[in-house]
Amino acid sequence: MPAALAIAVTPVPPAPSPTRLLLKRFLASPVGAVALGLLLLLALLAVAAPLIAPQNPYDLATVSVMNSDLVPGSRSEDGTLTFLLGSDAAGRDILSAILYGLRISIGVGIASALIALLVGTALGLVAAHFGGQVDAFLMRIVDLQLSFPTILVALTLLATLGQGVDKTLLALVIVQWAYYARNVRGSALVERRKEYVEAAIGQGLPALRVMFVHILPNCMAPLLVTATLQTAHAITLEATMSFLGIGLPPTEPSLGLLIANGFEYLLSNKYWVSIYPGIALVLLVGAINLVGDRLRAVLNPRDDQ
Amino acid sequence: MIDTLLRRIAQSAVVVLAMSLLAFAGIHLVGDPVYLLVDPAATAAELEAARQSLGLDRPIHQQYLSFLSSALSGDLGRSFVFNQPALGLILERLPATLELAIVSLLISAVIGIPLGLAVGLRDGGWLKRLVSAGSIAGVTVPAFWLSLLLILLFSVNLGWLPSSGRGPVGTLLGIRTSLASWEGLSHLLLPALTLAFANTAIVIRLTEAGTREVVSQEYVRFARAKGVGPLRLMARHIAPNVMIPVVTALGLEFGHLIAFSVVTETVFAWPGMGKLIIDSILRLDRPVVVAYLMVTLLMFVLINLVVDLLYVVLDPRLRTKAAA
Repeated sequence: MPAALAIAVTPVPPAPSPTRLLLKRFLASPVGAVALGLLLLLALLAVAAPLIAPQNPYDLATVSVMNSDLVPGSRSEDGTLTFLLGSDAAGRDILSAILYGLRISIGVGIASALIALLVGTALGLVAAHFGGQVDAFLMRIVDLQLSFPTILVALTLLATLGQGVDKTLLALVIVQWAYYARNVRGSALVERRKEYVEAAIGQGLPALRVMFVHILPNCMAPLLVTATLQTAHAITLEATMSFLGIGLPPTEPSLGLLIANGFEYLLSNKYWVSIYPGIALVLLVGAINLVGDRLRAVLNPRDDQ
Repeated sequence: MIDTLLRRIAQSAVVVLAMSLLAFAGIHLVGDPVYLLVDPAATAAELEAARQSLGLDRPIHQQYLSFLSSALSGDLGRSFVFNQPALGLILERLPATLELAIVSLLISAVIGIPLGLAVGLRDGGWLKRLVSAGSIAGVTVPAFWLSLLLILLFSVNLGWLPSSGRGPVGTLLGIRTSLASWEGLSHLLLPALTLAFANTAIVIRLTEAGTREVVSQEYVRFARAKGVGPLRLMARHIAPNVMIPVVTALGLEFGHLIAFSVVTETVFAWPGMGKLIIDSILRLDRPVVVAYLMVTLLMFVLINLVVDLLYVVLDPRLRTKAAA
């Protein structure tokens, strides 16, 4: 029986999981694939910095002033180290400083985005679910805050709170939460009118459960895009504030601080001290932005044209 | 109409009051400025005397109330560092900042609007790809780092343009401006270009979207069918209708440029109020910081108020809704 045989030898392919499908569609665009690869590479470099950096740039035992202001490609005094991207006035290897700086920039960016995501999502859901006065009050705050440029909000907060890791994080969270709240409220309002939510409420389920278990999972797609783009925004804003000297303290040298340190040497054409950390920053933020754009296209096929 | 107006003004007043409270209270959580102003070798008695003369020994709520009542009469305190009225210091630097913001707004309009129109008229093409790459660069490349690149290229390597400060200020058509001489203009060019960078991307995107929408309208297709030439079509039918939202957006962007000038002014040592605020934060010069924040926030509240009211005036639908 050839027909039966054919059925037997052609195994039914297992239905691909939604995540897999999503990844496949994501990688269909070369730009998206390259951006995602670059982002993963940078994240890996940041995580592995202490293992792969040629030098611990903040260990006084390994840094020597004898090696200060070396042009890219120079050998160190004792010949043990090559400064691929040059060194700064303290004799620090720029490549190592960039790898350590990436850790701080990515860490602060992701931490602030996650906290803002939690706060903003919770408040956005509350606004959408309860409506009325609660909604009006929360959304008035959101509108008010978004009518000011983020840089002014961050500047106001840091000018009043002062410099520091915790204060920079707080400022970044306050700057971002409103975007998440507005976004989640918008999608939640659409979901709330659907029948499955009516059914859940009709069953007498508690409001919290309906919000987080029924509504939230269906708001995830736009939220993911917002989270990606906001992380890029947070990293840029932190770098700007740190560059101005009002963000992270000098003990947490993020990419923005490295660029600031190199500024005074730029005029004597020692460009490498601030240009290379800047390139790292642009690659990082660019990769995240492109991944975000691609995610938006993949998650919302109508826009994919 | 009057009702809406009054309600919006009351709202704005509450916002300004809340901000003043926030800024003032927050400033008091940071270090004690007395130590920055008095000789490090000062005795405890001398410190106390300095504290009293600056009014820093009174309870915080009293300091705030006296701040608020004098603020209403235009007195925002004296700078600890310059020993001058803080508001005067800010207003002294305002023209430099306004000049920078206006010139960079013009640059982004002159580059952005024609490009946006050109891209919006066609589908695809190399120009479209170039512009969309440019707009990704606009949100990705941080302004402060772009400034460093421009300094490296035009000041350090080519030596064409100065990297810091404001050049001589001359009088042109009765206005005191850097545009009066080449020397002044050369100092203005790099900061204005950097500031215009991100904004130009926004202008292009807005103009492009507007053009796309207008081109698909009946009246444009009818005009084209009637045989109206491409130049006249653009000048009389498309451009005017695209311009209304773009000009409104440009007005709003102006506020953003003033906020962003903090970064540009710091890099290029442009003597505007943005550089003053950063210097004052680093020197813990509280009155100047509070005065800057109040002036800027007030400016924003006013811009937003005017734009909101303009919408009500321009769009009759909003008017009936407000009346109902």
